[in-house]
Amino acid sequence: MPLSKIQTTNNQVIPNLGRRNIIINGAMQISQRIGTTATAITGGNYGIDRWGMYYDGNSYTTQQVTDAPAGLYNSMKLTVTGTTTPNYSFFGQRIEGLNVNHIGLGTANCQSFTVSFYVKSSVAGVYSISMTNGAGDLAYPVQYTINSVNTWERKSMTIPPITSGTWVKDSTNGLYLRFNMGSPSSRTADADGWRSGNFDGANGSTGGVSWATTSGATFYMTGCQIEVGSVATPFEHESSFGEQLALCQRYLYTIPPTSGQYVLNGWSHSGTVFITIIEFPLTMRATPSLAVGDISQFDVYTSGAGTANRTATGIGLNGMGPVGGGINVSCPSNLTAGFSGGVYNSNSPSYIRFDAEL
Amino acid sequence: MNIKSAKYIKNIITNVNDNIKAIIDEQEMSVPLDPANRHYVAILEWAKIDGNTIEEAD
Repeated sequence: MPLSKIQTTNNQVIPNLGRRNIIINGAMQISQRIGTTATAITGGNYGIDRWGMYYDGNSYTTQQVTDAPAGLYNSMKLTVTGTTTPNYSFFGQRIEGLNVNHIGLGTANCQSFTVSFYVKSSVAGVYSISMTNGAGDLAYPVQYTINSVNTWERKSMTIPPITSGTWVKDSTNGLYLRFNMGSPSSRTADADGWRSGNFDGANGSTGGVSWATTSGATFYMTGCQIEVGSVATPFEHESSFGEQLALCQRYLYTIPPTSGQYVLNGWSHSGTVFITIIEFPLTMRATPSLAVGDISQFDVYTSGAGTANRTATGIGLNGMGPVGGGINVSCPSNLTAGFSGGVYNSNSPSYIRFDAEL
Repeated sequence: MNIKSAKYIKNIITNVNDNIKAIIDEQEMSVPLDPANRHYVAILEWAKIDGNTIEEAD
C-alpha cells in the first residue's frame, strides 16, 4: 500500500508529514543571547536565536515577548528608538545550504516554496520581504500589506522556482530570508520576480519606511515558516522546545550563567594556565568563536594548591573545532602543573558562549 | 561588526597560531582561524583596510 494511503486522518490524505519548516526558531522560543530583555543589537549581530539584525542609520531594540497570536506563545518585538531614515534596515535568517538542498535551487528540478508568518505592527501599510542567495546577487522581493494596526495577521507568499544562479550546497548561506524594515529604494527592487542584485525587499514598501522613522513604533513577528510547495500549511508545532534548542545549538551554544556551579573541568598546564576540554551537545556549523560575559566571575579550583590568585584573567580557545576542543583559562599564579580541577562560576552569573552563526 | 583590535594567539601545545584574540563590538572574543567563521571572515576584511593589522603572537 502506498504511504500516501496510510498517512490519513478522517479519510483525508495528509501530505508532507514530518518536519516541513525550514526556518529554525520560527516561533521565537529560543533566546540564548538576550533572554527577554529589550536589547539594542549592534547592527550585523543576532538577538533571538537565528535571527540577525541588520541596520545602519536608525536604531531599534529587539525583544522576546509573550505577545503572540492564538496557537503560539512567543514573538519577536522590535521597537524603533530613533527617527533617522536608515541607510539599510532589515532582519532575517540565513539558512544553511545543507538545509535547503531538497528545494533544488538553481537546478532544473527546483520547486516553489512558500513563506508564511504572523505579524503585528503599530504602523499599517505595505511592507516586504526578500529571498536571496548567499552570494547576494539574486533576490526575489515580495510585498505584503499590514491592514490593521496592532492586530495579528497571517501573511503568506509563494516563491516560484529559480533554475539559474549560484546557490551554495554546503554549511554556508544557502538561502536568505530578509524582512525589509525600511531600507531605501537603492536596496529594493520590483516585486514578484527574481532580480539580479542584493535587495532587502520590494519597491514601494512605504509602511516599512514609515515604521523605521517613527520613534516608538513596534513590529512583532512569529510563526515563521518556509516549506516546499505552493501552500502555506498551519505553523508546524511538531518540534518540541528541546528540539528547537538543539537546532539552535548548531549555531550558538551557551554555558548559561549560573553562579555556584562548576562549568568546565581540566588540569593545570603550568602555574598560570589551566586547560579544559569541552564537547558540544552536537556538531556546530563551523568552529565557533568564544565570548565570555565577565571573566572575573570564573575561578579555577584544583587539588594541591592554595586559594589565592586563581580568578581567571583570560579565557580563550586552544585547539577548538566544530565538535569541541580546548579552552585555556589564565590565572595570575598559584596553579601546579599536572593537577586536575575545575572552573567555577563564583559570585555573579556569567556566560561562556560559542558562536558559529552564519 | 566593529573591530577594534586583533592579535594572533598560539596553541599552547603546538606553538603555532591557533586563534585571534579580538575586540569586536566592544567585546573580547577568541576567534578560530576557520574560513567558515563569520568573525574570522570579518577580521580578514578589516585587516585589508589601511592601518588595520592583525598583531603577531607573543
